[in-house]
Amino acid sequence: MKSFMKTSVAAFALTVGANAAAAEGELVLYHWFEYMPQEVLDKFTEETGIEVTMDTFDSNESMLASLKAGGIGTYDLSVPGDYMVSIMANEGMLDTIEDGELKNKGNIEPEWADPSFDPGRKHSIPYQWGSTSFAVNRDVYSGDIQTTDILFNPPEELQGRINMLDAQGEIMVMASLHLGIPQCSSDREQLKALNALLQDAKQHWTSFNSDTAKEVLVSGDAAVGQIYDGFSAKAREEGANVEYAFPTQGYVAWMDNVVLLKDAPNRENALKFMDFLLEPENIAAVTNFAQYNAGVKGVSDFLDPNLASQPEKNPHDNVGPGVFIEVCSEEVQAVYDQIWTNLKK
Amino acid sequence: MAAGAASGGSATTDTYKEARTWLLLPAWVTLSILVLAPVVMMLIYSFLTKEFRGGVIWEFSLAAYDQFFFDRGLFGDEPPKIEWTYIIIFWRSIWQAGAATLLSLVIGFPTAYFIATRSENMRPIWVFLITIPYWVNLLIRTVSMKFLLRDQGPLNDFLISIGLIDSPLHIVNTNFAVQLGLFYSYLPFMVLPIYAAVERYNFALSEAAADLYASKWTTLRRILLPAVKPGVIAGCILVFVPSMGSFLAPDLLGGAKNFMIGSLIEEQFKGNAGNWPFGAAASMILLTMVLVLLMLFARQQAKAEKAEG
Amino acid sequence: MTNSTFDIKSYRGFKAITLLCLIVLYAPLVVVTIYSFNSSQSLTNWEGLSLRWYADVFTGPESDKFKQAAKNSFIIAIVAATVSTTIATLAATGMVRGGKFKLRTVSFGLISLPLMVPEIVTAVATLIFFNSIGFDRGIMTILLAHIAFCIPFAYLPISARMQGIEDSYEQAAQDLYATKRQAFTKILLPLMMPGIISGFLLAFIVSLDDFIITNFVKGAGVETLPTAIFGSVKQGIKPNIMAISTMLLGVSIIMVTISYFVSKTDNTK
Repeated sequence: MKSFMKTSVAAFALTVGANAAAAEGELVLYHWFEYMPQEVLDKFTEETGIEVTMDTFDSNESMLASLKAGGIGTYDLSVPGDYMVSIMANEGMLDTIEDGELKNKGNIEPEWADPSFDPGRKHSIPYQWGSTSFAVNRDVYSGDIQTTDILFNPPEELQGRINMLDAQGEIMVMASLHLGIPQCSSDREQLKALNALLQDAKQHWTSFNSDTAKEVLVSGDAAVGQIYDGFSAKAREEGANVEYAFPTQGYVAWMDNVVLLKDAPNRENALKFMDFLLEPENIAAVTNFAQYNAGVKGVSDFLDPNLASQPEKNPHDNVGPGVFIEVCSEEVQAVYDQIWTNLKK
Repeated sequence: MAAGAASGGSATTDTYKEARTWLLLPAWVTLSILVLAPVVMMLIYSFLTKEFRGGVIWEFSLAAYDQFFFDRGLFGDEPPKIEWTYIIIFWRSIWQAGAATLLSLVIGFPTAYFIATRSENMRPIWVFLITIPYWVNLLIRTVSMKFLLRDQGPLNDFLISIGLIDSPLHIVNTNFAVQLGLFYSYLPFMVLPIYAAVERYNFALSEAAADLYASKWTTLRRILLPAVKPGVIAGCILVFVPSMGSFLAPDLLGGAKNFMIGSLIEEQFKGNAGNWPFGAAASMILLTMVLVLLMLFARQQAKAEKAEG
Repeated sequence: MTNSTFDIKSYRGFKAITLLCLIVLYAPLVVVTIYSFNSSQSLTNWEGLSLRWYADVFTGPESDKFKQAAKNSFIIAIVAATVSTTIATLAATGMVRGGKFKLRTVSFGLISLPLMVPEIVTAVATLIFFNSIGFDRGIMTILLAHIAFCIPFAYLPISARMQGIEDSYEQAAQDLYATKRQAFTKILLPLMMPGIISGFLLAFIVSLDDFIITNFVKGAGVETLPTAIFGSVKQGIKPNIMAISTMLLGVSIIMVTISYFVSKTDNTK
């Protein structure tokens, strides 16, 4: 026993030591699941000798919660969505990228160079942008799907066969679009209507799951799934007969961004990685994998030609507006949290 | 488990009486710092003010408990009524855990009894057969269960192919799936204590009852069951307590549609809500419930021992 | 005589329920084991026998993540089980061989506390604790949390074993002028070995298997096997996860068999 103990203590000391030694060429990335192809990370390591460690999350909110619960100071980079960038900036969780620190900053497409959620791109660079709506299995339902009624007031064939994203933001926006009310409205009647709508719609929903949003459509466990456009395209490629809807009421538009976190332990390496992702060839590899869109000039030469013609990227003429998720005030957010708890009780 | 070891206290001797303090010191220190202090800190946090989007502000507040017990409407300005939301969530957890416990008991008791009445050589083998699946990671077992039960999964395929059903049974994302998952997760905890109790049981008592023309089922109910009751209660607690706090089964098998206590608490720290004091308060309430339950059990156990003499 | 006892003991239907119980316990694992040998990428179609998913575990795109996670898991489990078994052995000696004392019930309550507190509560409390004292989350926080909750699991088999050992051996040794320390290390400890080994194995498995607490206290990029598996299976079970699961099942069977033979050699003594 004694010698065994000695060995194990030695082994532990060795590993901890080894980790410390490796820390010089490290980068710790906090990222969405299934969003970063391994080849891109390998290529970065090959070019720079920096080892990338990646942790994954499944919603903007859980990422924020985890960072607040002690994650700041341990990760270098994260990939929040548009509205989450402004929340994190307000919380003081982001580091500022000084002028000239990113040599490829000029590669950002002009329309994404000065977004409202991060004026002047002080903390972030574009990662991917796309839309969130829902996909319907056409073997199960052949009627009109270009309406949010599919989610909130579904036809009989689809009742009880709907998977929603387990994400408050996406569900609240879709519900607001369905009701035709503004996001983050503080109007009491409108908030009550929002609450009532979700209470009523819940009976038709079989599950809340973001991680398996694609899988449930492929396996046929769900006939409708609230889903991101690229995920829907992948589900289609994996054999599900699904069509991605562009509701006339509107849909969610988003942009995910790579942000530099405050107290990043490997700040220099983080900036190198950001520069790396601003090279058209590299970010195009991400786009080819995730099947969304990049926000960098000159990517088109490297993109899979089939991407542009995907039905998920080509809305019909009567499509409603694509809206970004807004950041609500603390008071409205408290009501939203209450509605969310009511929904899940 | 715990109670059994506690009651074994009569076997103590005082060989190492002088060294006692030093022997126990490491355990005292480790557990006080790593278990007791965190629980105390959690109690303190439950009385602090929440910080928007996670974290706490060091100001005394009863808001977390107020939110738990009182409903002040969607906008928080109506006169307080009793809040049913969290009572419903707690009740659902109790109900789900209770159903899983009952299911474990109905299946576990005959199994434990059957094993305990095998020959002495065979018993350990049966016990291992029951415990081996438990050593496989809980997550994998839960996910495997989901895989098996899916609409297009092997179970439905099998039932359709033998002609028992025409269309797949919808089991996944129902309450029943959650109960099944909990049952499956903790079944060995039911079987083992009952097995231990039945194994110690003196079957001469049953024989005596049989000699007095008691039927077999009467003997089981009137003679055996009272004798093995502590084992049955221990088994029920060992299944019930972890089931109450579980969030894997409701999340993976129940479709995350309905909160159980575990998922409600997790949501406060990892999900949308980000309300730490409320999460701490809900944890304290859960902990209190469980400790009260265990205390009642300990008292019952002590009574039973006294009665035995 | 034997016939009549057997008759009294046996109840109609109990054997059937036991078999049902085993089927329920094993069906998911058997299905997963079978599908881990499926050569198809798809979960639903069977396309013939293959070991490709086992190769994938060691060489596929996720192999580095799983190797690192397995390494972390085993290191944490070995250190946590060793430390907690040592603490539990000392504590058991104090409790079982320490005579009657005032703090005995309190001590026992403290030792079994991690068993009584629901895991999610321990997880939340530990997270809050590390957060409030400003302890950065990482492999160390996981290890400390594991040491604490492994103690009762190591303690129970050890104290049960010690209660079964009469102290006359140690008394005899002391009569022969052995010091207490010698009586402890030369007599009691060897006799205790089966208990200590099962305590260690129990603590080891509990640590290796823990997800809830680890998930709350783990730091950036530090994955253990359960958290890495969770990250993967949340998106639906994949064939490589089934292969890992089958291998874990194998490891478990081996460990359980070892502990079986350890206890068996002990019985024949």
